[in-house]
Amino acid sequence: MKMVKRALAASTAFLIGSTPAMAAWSDLDLRVGVTPLSREIYGLHTLILWICVAIAVAVFGVMIYSIATFRKSKGAVPATFDHSTTAEVVWTLIPVLILVGMAIPSARTLVHIDDSSGSELTIKVTGYQWKWQYEYVGQGVSFYSALAEDSNFARQLDSGVDPATVPNYLLEVDNPLVVPQGVKVRVLVTGADVIHSWWVPDFGIKKDAIPGYINELWFKADKAGTYRGQCVELCGRDHGFMPIVVEVRPRAEFDAWLEARKAAAQAANAPSTKVATNSDEPAALHVAAAE
Amino acid sequence: MSATHTHVHGDAHEHHADHGPAKGIGRWLTTTNHKDIGTMYLVFSLIMFLVGGSMALVIRAELFMPGMQLVDPGFFNTMTTVHALIMVFGAVMPATVGLANWMIPMQIGAPDMALPRMNNFSFWLLVAAFSLLILSMFMPGGGPASGWTLYPPLVLQTGDALPLAIFAIHLAGASSIMGSINIIVTIMNLRAPGMTLLKMPLFPWTWLITAYLLIAVMPVFAGAVTMLLTDHFFHTTFFAAAGGGDPVLYQHVFWFFGHPEVYIMILPAFGIVSEIIPTFSRKPLFGYDAMVFATASIAFLSFIVWAHHMFTVGMPLSGQMFFMLSTMLIAVPTGVKVFNWTATMWRGSLSFEPPMLFALAFLFLFTIGGFSGLMMAIAPVDFQYHDTYFIVAHFHYVLVPGAVFGIMAGVYYWLPKWTGHLYDMTLAKLHFWASAIFVNVLFFPQHFLGLAGMPRRIPDYSTQFADWNMVSSIGGFGFGLSQLLFVYLIWQCARGGVKASAVVWDGARNSGLEWTVPSPAPYHTFEEAPVTR
Repeated sequence: MKMVKRALAASTAFLIGSTPAMAAWSDLDLRVGVTPLSREIYGLHTLILWICVAIAVAVFGVMIYSIATFRKSKGAVPATFDHSTTAEVVWTLIPVLILVGMAIPSARTLVHIDDSSGSELTIKVTGYQWKWQYEYVGQGVSFYSALAEDSNFARQLDSGVDPATVPNYLLEVDNPLVVPQGVKVRVLVTGADVIHSWWVPDFGIKKDAIPGYINELWFKADKAGTYRGQCVELCGRDHGFMPIVVEVRPRAEFDAWLEARKAAAQAANAPSTKVATNSDEPAALHVAAAE
Repeated sequence: MSATHTHVHGDAHEHHADHGPAKGIGRWLTTTNHKDIGTMYLVFSLIMFLVGGSMALVIRAELFMPGMQLVDPGFFNTMTTVHALIMVFGAVMPATVGLANWMIPMQIGAPDMALPRMNNFSFWLLVAAFSLLILSMFMPGGGPASGWTLYPPLVLQTGDALPLAIFAIHLAGASSIMGSINIIVTIMNLRAPGMTLLKMPLFPWTWLITAYLLIAVMPVFAGAVTMLLTDHFFHTTFFAAAGGGDPVLYQHVFWFFGHPEVYIMILPAFGIVSEIIPTFSRKPLFGYDAMVFATASIAFLSFIVWAHHMFTVGMPLSGQMFFMLSTMLIAVPTGVKVFNWTATMWRGSLSFEPPMLFALAFLFLFTIGGFSGLMMAIAPVDFQYHDTYFIVAHFHYVLVPGAVFGIMAGVYYWLPKWTGHLYDMTLAKLHFWASAIFVNVLFFPQHFLGLAGMPRRIPDYSTQFADWNMVSSIGGFGFGLSQLLFVYLIWQCARGGVKASAVVWDGARNSGLEWTVPSPAPYHTFEEAPVTR
């Protein structure tokens, strides 16, 4: 009964317009993204989609024409034919040709995705229930990244907080991953407890974070900015609440950030070798809170 | 040889029980009659359809708007998991088995199924299986919540529900295997004289192929879940990397079962639609042989495409290439089927009774699901689609307006034959239009959500996904409520109505043996084999 009341209250709130504007009606298609791979994938997606639309127009056209024309109510007299070898050969061969046409660009893109050679920076991503750990391999910098406090508060049952008032609701973290702009970054993905999956739609690729496996993906973000994604493999109760935020910064800015992180990590490690955090102060606080 | 023995035994039994069904509840507990068992399967599947559908409505209610309003995230995961298990194993599969029980003996001119006692047993096992599955939701630690795919290591975190859910799967699997053996033995041994395999109607044909698929893959699934059980209780490490096992191995084994499983759900619907379109086009099925071979090709290909569900697990490039190309190949026989159905309507004389309406909706909407399937086969693009709502949209398009509409078309086609009454055509058309419209309102926007980046299996989402989720939820409630019409209509038709003739549909005059027996079909049909063609 209480649940019904709450649902009624929520839907009434929406109907009288107290929910702030949401501008997502236009989000109909895949994002083009900001990496060479994401653009290539978008192009391939668009090509395949339009081929499908063209086939659909032809096939549905014939179906609709048949339904409109050959009606018993219009006195249509049924023909008696029940096969045509020519037609059957034709509509077997044409799809084969179309598929070959699709397979060639697809195979090419698949090869590009697989080629992570020549990367300048390697980041190891580890999925936990329910947060991410980022480690700049060989740099001595590593930190955890979990759902931002305000989102985490608002998403509790009966929080009383309208999600629309929370900036980047469920898509904000305490410590974002920071990467350099225009640099090929190799990401090694693994899982610590169960399987997770790391995905930033604007980068084009997702890879599963599997315990015992180290998977690999790469991206080269051309545009500075903040890019958001989520865990995309069901990983338990809070699967929906471990977002991914990546800040792409110009090379010099990134280098300065990394140096500061390294210095902070060394400072944190110096007094006590037992402290497991090697990150700057706010991150260290969150790590402590999370553990 | 053993089948011949069964046949003789079956005949002796029929003569003994000539006077019709027993009275009371005993009839249903102990029946060996294919029509009774078919009815029980169909009623069971309808109940499960409503139970699984209610769970879907819990999901759609929580997703109506951003923020958590109704349920705990853990319970949300239980809903997605049990909804899927119930719909796959409790609603769609038993419905097709129910139709097979009713129609295959009548379509091939057999007096009953070849193994009637096993038939009864396989039905009641199913009741036990789903009682256990539903009970598992109330165990300490919560219900199964790892998704219907039961991926380790997550599934091993399940509480006391795990052994119940796995035992339920074992029982449902044993039931399916028995049902399949029965169908194969019946079709191979009890066809009427003169009915060679390539003269057999399409519904028995698609079920014959489905039965082989089931026998091939159900034991594989049983093996996989048994390994989960020993990993959990007996400290084996089949799927635990820390003990030298491999979590991805489970996914390979699961999808070796799981991909044929999707064809197990759709092939019988192909068969039903292949019966209905010719009847209401008043024209023979176009390319009968091609239809049979296309079905067989799809079944064969279904064994070598499984890893297209796993492009993101980090397969080698060669593996991704192979599974991408083999998956794309399935478009060829599937295309042949769609073209043949279209060619059957071409220059026919069409009328639009409820079975035909559902078959036509199947034709259009299943094809849309086929297109999104082809898009997902393209491995590089699947790196974007995988595990998003685009996938949810795809498999619901092939399963709801695909398999479920196919089953409903079959029910509307044969219901007068079962009950002896015509149902309310106006109400049935209302049910059709409500279902066809709401199913699109429900699932089409999910394509947009997936492309915009919304992951599947999440109980809450960021505000950018709010609009289409609300549309989808409205469609969900509309679709769910429309099904109450279906229940009412079946109940009404079972109780009475205008008497149906033996042929029922004027276009069915030469369509098959089931239309040569009176409506309702007598308790025992074809005690003497009919002569065919």
